[in-house]
Amino acid sequence: MNGARNANAGIGRAAGQVHRVLTEAWRLQPLYVSLYAILLSFVVGGVLISIIGVNPFTAYWALLRGMVGGGDEIAGSLARSVPFIGSALALAFAFRAGLFNIGAEGQLLAGGVTAAYVGALSWMSDLPGIVAIPLILIAGTMGGAIWGGIPGVLRTKTGAHEVISTIMLNSLVLFGVRWMVNSRDPVVLRDTESTVPRTDPISDTAVLPELVDSQPVLHTGLFALVGICFVVAFVLKRTTFGFEVGTVGLNPHASHYAGINVNRVIVASMAASGAFAGLAAASEISGTNGFFQPGTFFLMGFDGIAIALLARTNPVAIIAAALLWGSMLSGAPLMQQEADVSIDVVRIIQAMVLLFVAADAIVRYLFRVRELDQSPFKATSVEGAV
Amino acid sequence: MTTVEHAAGASGASGRVGLDRQSITGLVFGLLGIALLAGVAPAISGSGRRFNFEPPPDPAGIGFHPPTWVIAIGVLFLLTAVLGFAPPEARRWASPARLLSALAVIPLLLVLSLALSDNPSTNIVNLFNESLVLATPLALGATTGLWCERSGIINIGIEGTMLAGAGIGYMTYATIGDAQSTGWLWFSILISVLAGGLVAALLAVLSIRFGVNQIVGGVVINLFALGLTGFLRSEVIVKTGITTGVGTSEFGLPLLSEIPVIGDQLFRGKPIYWMMYLVVIGTWLVMFRTPWGLRVRSCGENPHAAETLGVNVVRIRYQSVILGGLIAGLAGAWFSMESQTRFEDNMTNAAGFIALAALIFGKWTPWGAFGGALLFGFSRALGTRLQFLGVEVSGFEIPSEFLQALPFVVTLVVVAGAVGRSIPPAAAGQPFQRSK
Repeated sequence: MNGARNANAGIGRAAGQVHRVLTEAWRLQPLYVSLYAILLSFVVGGVLISIIGVNPFTAYWALLRGMVGGGDEIAGSLARSVPFIGSALALAFAFRAGLFNIGAEGQLLAGGVTAAYVGALSWMSDLPGIVAIPLILIAGTMGGAIWGGIPGVLRTKTGAHEVISTIMLNSLVLFGVRWMVNSRDPVVLRDTESTVPRTDPISDTAVLPELVDSQPVLHTGLFALVGICFVVAFVLKRTTFGFEVGTVGLNPHASHYAGINVNRVIVASMAASGAFAGLAAASEISGTNGFFQPGTFFLMGFDGIAIALLARTNPVAIIAAALLWGSMLSGAPLMQQEADVSIDVVRIIQAMVLLFVAADAIVRYLFRVRELDQSPFKATSVEGAV
Repeated sequence: MTTVEHAAGASGASGRVGLDRQSITGLVFGLLGIALLAGVAPAISGSGRRFNFEPPPDPAGIGFHPPTWVIAIGVLFLLTAVLGFAPPEARRWASPARLLSALAVIPLLLVLSLALSDNPSTNIVNLFNESLVLATPLALGATTGLWCERSGIINIGIEGTMLAGAGIGYMTYATIGDAQSTGWLWFSILISVLAGGLVAALLAVLSIRFGVNQIVGGVVINLFALGLTGFLRSEVIVKTGITTGVGTSEFGLPLLSEIPVIGDQLFRGKPIYWMMYLVVIGTWLVMFRTPWGLRVRSCGENPHAAETLGVNVVRIRYQSVILGGLIAGLAGAWFSMESQTRFEDNMTNAAGFIALAALIFGKWTPWGAFGGALLFGFSRALGTRLQFLGVEVSGFEIPSEFLQALPFVVTLVVVAGAVGRSIPPAAAGQPFQRSK
């Protein structure tokens, strides 16, 4: 009996701690830590840029212009940010339920490949756009929801912790889609006319309408993902299910005694999480790429962790955090072109943002941000060790 | 909490539930046995297949008749199935039979792959050696995880630690030694190891000093290592213009490599490969045979009890995590200076996650983790061999991706408790707060 309980509790405590930090400790000082974390990360990036002999202000000026320097740049940044909204929402929703969904990476792939499959079905071209577009989005959402639901079921039925099972499921789906897209004998989903491994192009009727012809194209998927953020905010705040999710996240034992079906909430939260990732993937397939390639969503699920933490799991704040994330990636090429600084600097800065947001004790110490005495985070941070 | 109750019920603590699981395993083996006897054995061709023990020309080896082997293994499976339902006095044979059947899957795969290919023979000693070599980074990575998790720190940043070791080591080799000089090669491997230690120290500081969620800490390391090595590659390595160079070279172990037929294949290898054995044996010795190892394990199981007995939990955790990082750095050096002599972005390609899978498969023990690494190395080596042999099942080639995905399927099954539940150290993931 003890063994299984330990198995669950071991990593469960770690995930539960994130959750406590997110929902309780930071509520009172919502902005300072995030803003300072971003500032500090840019300072670290600037030091790195100076080391290779480039003026960091030149580089950052180019980066900024790449991000918001004109209409096309702004549209491109917006477009780049759209999928991050979904992947961050996937993490945030699970965090609210006290779950660590590290599998958004795999759920994006599952959703993307399902959307691409449905979008390329021959009868899709006979349907009007008003039917075909919802169909491809729903297909992707379902694909993600199923792949996200599996770790939820495993957790409730066997006690397998979702962190470990989602890591395994990530790699599993990656090899699965690589096979589907690469294989020529038999042809599974590969577009045999293409020289690079990718799926057949989706039907024209299933393409999300374009808003701005930027690089990448800004499409109406933006409205779908921004809209879903507000829906999630409403569900979490105003519905019974949202209340149950939050309660289970705070204390599953108490929720159980209060009569909440904890297992149902866990499976539903994981499936919903996966659904958001799947929707993000489907909107990318439909609006931007028009086909599926396994590399498209590389790191997007892990970036979701950083964005969700930066936004403190607040669904509406995720929109802003995802915008920052996507626009940095979108602006980086101009920085490389003008200041000759590798775009990997942006990835380093982003890893630093996650670091400083997670280790907010560093930020609080450096910027002398006062911590409240009652903060439960205090018990497990600086005061705790050393 | 209901999930916990479910988990506890399913883990087989009570006799009834435990019996159910045995019956399921028995049923699976029974069905497999029937399929082999009735379906596979009559279908495969039977003549002139050989397992060679050395490369051509004129290799030593044994010829065999594939259907006979398939029938023998099928009978073994059926026997295991029957024993699963046997009366209690015969039940004690059930467990060894299951183990034997599980092990028999490997010869079964070999026999089947040769029977289904166009080639009549293949060198299995060489296949075994390839499995061991491919297991090197997995075994080293799993040992990294072992040191961290046994001391109570979950490390999902093994992948990033390896990548940083690979990138920084090769960068040193390319800039100082032009990727040509043996002396600088060893210096660079040392730098790889130290880089791994440094990255792990970051995880240690985050999770121990700042109480950051350990899983988030691991993700930070993976993202950071990808960015950093990408940056170093494009800013430093590419600018040196050195894309490849001289890596570590093979040598034979004295005496052992003189053994006829197999000696030259099994006992010749490159240095990091040999170090892997030393690391695994050393880890087992230190962790399970020294007082310090006992302290490490106690920090992972019950840090507060350990503290009561005078163990400095914080210091032990720092030491273990950094030691683990040094080992991961060595695994990184294997990628960029032994297996290949170059550095590519993301060249570790999920090996850190497979290592984590091997650790879980091996139930957080050094030899179990090594066994898991070997199994996953074998599945990778077999994947390549199947393509080489052109194995076809009813007209279609077995994709290498299937065998690459195998470690993750096996681990999912183990984590879900379908075959022998795997239980992590009790305090893994739990931040430790020193008593005042």
